[in-house]
Amino acid sequence: MAISEKDVKHVAWLARLALSDAEVEKFAKQLDVILEHAGKIAELDTKDVQPTAHAIPLKNVLREDKVGRCLAPEVALANAPHQEDQAFVVPRIV
Amino acid sequence: MEFESVIGLEIHVELDTESKMFCGCSTRFGEAPNTQTCPVCLGMPGSLPVPNKKAVEYVIRTGLAIFCDISLFSQFHRKNYFYPDMPKNYQISQYDIPLCIDGHVDLEMEDYATTIGVTRIHLEEDTGKLLHIGGAGRIAGADYSQVDFNRAGVPLMEIVSEPDIRTPEEAKAYAQKIRAILVSLGVSDCNMDQGSMRVDANISLRPVGREELGVKAELKNLNSFRSLQRGLAYEIERQTKALQNGEAIVQETRHWDETKNTTSTLRTKEYAHDYRYFPDPDLVPMEFDPEWIEGLRAELPELPDERKERYMSDFGLPAHDANLLVETKATGDFFEAAVALYGGDAKIMSNWILGDLTYYLNSENVEIDAGEVKPAHLVEMVELIDDGTISGKIAKELFSEMFKTGKMPKAIVEEKGMTQISGQDEIAKIVDDVIAQNPDAVQEFHDGKERAFGFLVGQAMRLTKGRGNPQLINRLLKERL
Amino acid sequence: MELFKLTIHELHEKLVSKEISAKELAQSVFSRIDDVEERVKSYITVTRDVALAKADEIDKKIAGGERIGPLAGIPTAIKDVMNTEGIRTTCGSKILDNYIPVYTSTAVKNLLEEGIVMTGKTNMDEFAMGSSTENSGFFVTHNPWDLERVPGGSSGGSASVVAADEAIFSLGSDTGGSIRQPAALCGIVGMKPTYGLVSRFGLIAFASSLDQIGPFTKDVTDCAIVLNHLIGHDINDSTSVKIDKPDYTKALVNDLNGIKIGVPKELMAEGIDSKIKAVIENSLKLLEANGAVVAETSLPNIEHSLSAYYIIAPAEASSNLARFDGVRYGYRVPDAVDLIDMYMRTRAEGFGDEVKRRIMLGTYALSAGYYDAYYGQAQKVRTLIIDDFNRAFTDYDVLVSPTTPTTAFKIGEKVDDPLKMYLSDICTIPVNLAGLPGISVPCGTVDGLPVGLQVIGKTLGEEMMLRVAYSFEQSFGWSEKPKL
Ligand SMILES: [Mg+2]
Ligand SMILES: [Zn+2]
Repeated sequence: MAISEKDVKHVAWLARLALSDAEVEKFAKQLDVILEHAGKIAELDTKDVQPTAHAIPLKNVLREDKVGRCLAPEVALANAPHQEDQAFVVPRIV
Repeated sequence: MEFESVIGLEIHVELDTESKMFCGCSTRFGEAPNTQTCPVCLGMPGSLPVPNKKAVEYVIRTGLAIFCDISLFSQFHRKNYFYPDMPKNYQISQYDIPLCIDGHVDLEMEDYATTIGVTRIHLEEDTGKLLHIGGAGRIAGADYSQVDFNRAGVPLMEIVSEPDIRTPEEAKAYAQKIRAILVSLGVSDCNMDQGSMRVDANISLRPVGREELGVKAELKNLNSFRSLQRGLAYEIERQTKALQNGEAIVQETRHWDETKNTTSTLRTKEYAHDYRYFPDPDLVPMEFDPEWIEGLRAELPELPDERKERYMSDFGLPAHDANLLVETKATGDFFEAAVALYGGDAKIMSNWILGDLTYYLNSENVEIDAGEVKPAHLVEMVELIDDGTISGKIAKELFSEMFKTGKMPKAIVEEKGMTQISGQDEIAKIVDDVIAQNPDAVQEFHDGKERAFGFLVGQAMRLTKGRGNPQLINRLLKERL
Repeated sequence: MELFKLTIHELHEKLVSKEISAKELAQSVFSRIDDVEERVKSYITVTRDVALAKADEIDKKIAGGERIGPLAGIPTAIKDVMNTEGIRTTCGSKILDNYIPVYTSTAVKNLLEEGIVMTGKTNMDEFAMGSSTENSGFFVTHNPWDLERVPGGSSGGSASVVAADEAIFSLGSDTGGSIRQPAALCGIVGMKPTYGLVSRFGLIAFASSLDQIGPFTKDVTDCAIVLNHLIGHDINDSTSVKIDKPDYTKALVNDLNGIKIGVPKELMAEGIDSKIKAVIENSLKLLEANGAVVAETSLPNIEHSLSAYYIIAPAEASSNLARFDGVRYGYRVPDAVDLIDMYMRTRAEGFGDEVKRRIMLGTYALSAGYYDAYYGQAQKVRTLIIDDFNRAFTDYDVLVSPTTPTTAFKIGEKVDDPLKMYLSDICTIPVNLAGLPGISVPCGTVDGLPVGLQVIGKTLGEEMMLRVAYSFEQSFGWSEKPKL
């Protein structure tokens, strides 16, 4: 098996996704099939192959240190589910 | 058993660029919440980062200044973890190929010299700021938190040292030296109060003579050089006690509490992250022309070590003075401005700067370039001593006044009538009075008690309210006795 | 006259000659929407008022004697993956149900500046993850050729909207085939440009190193016209390429004399439906008749494309989608007790199953201990695939293949079998991995359902690719329309 229910619970935690036990079971089965297929590439000999992160070989794309326009705070906060004192609000952290 | 501490520092420094690392928002400090944001630094869907060239240049300059190898090929990675001060829930940082690797910093301690290795310097983006509401503003106990993204995306340079540091004093000296270098380079103001320089310390203990490292604790919230030194001293004591009692040290992050003077557990390793670093697909690699890097090297300004050498050779200062004067760029600048104004011995300027000026600045917690006393004040005052207008003793008083008010020394002297009394007749009269009023002391002097002479001089000074020329009093008193 | 049936170039003539007004045109398209939208369900948001106001503006320009560009006044639908300032943009997800962007994506902005009349935002698989538009967080879009079938995906709404004449053209995004596959299944032209040619700024990212915006049009000429105005270097996108902008309509030459066309045998192998293969064989003969030299070639490593893709794309997605956390925008559970609870339930309720699957897949592939075997290895396989294409392109000007292994499948047929669904993109995925341009043009039908021919160009070889597609289109003479 490529992935266990325990692994699914762990990645769901890392990805901050609440899953029911039934979902853990379902996703474990589905992900296992996919990983079984995708994992086949592990067998390929790629010792001397360089990885490709971008198909188009660009480099050194940098911008000058110039200040541009910012959003008005009410625009920045326009979509905030909860705001107060011109700040985004989150529930207690600990 | 004797233990040795093994300390490594991670220093985060906000770079002094105009705009943020990956967008054009201003980096100005202290603005109203969420006024310096845009789709990029708010992590809005579809926004993309474009790196700030100046920030890259600043890191490379830093690397050159501390003898690093500069990576000719470098790239940005994503560091993935969820936290509400991070707009994208990943931080753009560097991982396998930081901009600079393998440098070092030389330290001149009180009675020995040492070298601290620098593992790497990398470039990343700062996070936003959280304001905890309720629970006295501490995260634990707060009802909820507010998030301000003005700081999110400010260019942040991380300097990671080797675990070469052995004492809290070395840690402090290393951090101070890094600050002096960065300020000389003009890449950051390194203001610890405003958080533009932040220090985390890793510390473990091991029996003296053993190679293998012990279990480490990571210290956070070290908001000043003083807390860095005290926090580490506390940790050494705590870990030593634990080891002597046969307890195991737990790998954890600990919080330094400045008011309670202790450290406490923030989180243990069970909550260790799996950051899932991978090359940021929104950004392309950087490849540097070695000639460009040599150009940056050639343009490096004078650094603290070079400055120190110059103070010793050009001004004949002892190493001790030179070391202290280059500790911050502003102190060195002050010293040089004063020496340039003053025609006399540079050592006199050094004495006043490292003595009275430093004393007052420290006690008032003011930076040298923010204080009321400027080089012109100091020089004018020393010239008043030189030409005999005031005595050294009065100068001390004058200095305090100058520090408080920022008035020029001559003005103060005039206003307060602090000029030295050097009139032969005036002093002679006072000396006569003293002799007349203190027959016992005069007798003791004649009996050979040297101390009595001092007493009589003191009495004469008292009568002149400290303004009498001490040399003249001495001479006339001797003549008349 | 049913104006909604016409192409961009036909309508432009009529607008310039004042035979029709932009307003009439917009009204014609909206009446068509009123007529068929209930059955096809292409749009998440229809922007009628904005569109009519814009049409008026264009009409004033025409009346004032101002010269207008070829896209001015043309009713255009935009996939709901692109940010449009002030207009709801959902990305097909409940998590962005109420999201109103504060800025417009560069690609859409480029077209708005050319005077397009935006009709609305089209349905899609949530976060562009899917091949059938069944993964939309809102509703399923139907294939105009057979309402029981899927339009393909993830840009299913943008494909069906053009096939059903609910817009004159549309924009989609293509990460593993999301433009070409639905274009094939809906019997229209769909094109993915070379990676970096069209700015991704404002395109809500699925997999950053693969995503590319492109047009759905009724013919290849329209495709070239749209492309002229869609591309261009953007300082806001670090992966945007700098080139002198060509006039792609100049590439529309109906002549293939001396053009060398390779047919990768791996894309005509078992997985491909035999009836589709027969249609493609016929198409190859047409190309030959038009002067092209057609020969079989091989891309030995592309059998690993699907594996590499289903590691790389989810890995990038797992990180790209972390920002949907209920803090700055989008959905948030109303009753969170603390931060973790808010994160966990907001994302669990906001994302659909396919998105969750891919986030978990990607998280796993990047996590400690698995990176080298999965993500690292997939990036190397990507190199092998690029090398294969480079070798083939030393011998051939373009490569052709079927766009999809089957025609449009029934709604619900593959929803419970993710891997089977993934196989629908087997012919298109390699092109994204290599960053190449690809176009799908209609080349016939199987059992009354359209089939697409994929033409793959070299990096920045759009002109040759368009020339082959155009020549084919001219000699094939496709004119079938779905009966709605
Ligand atoms: Mg860091
Ligand atoms: Zn910004």
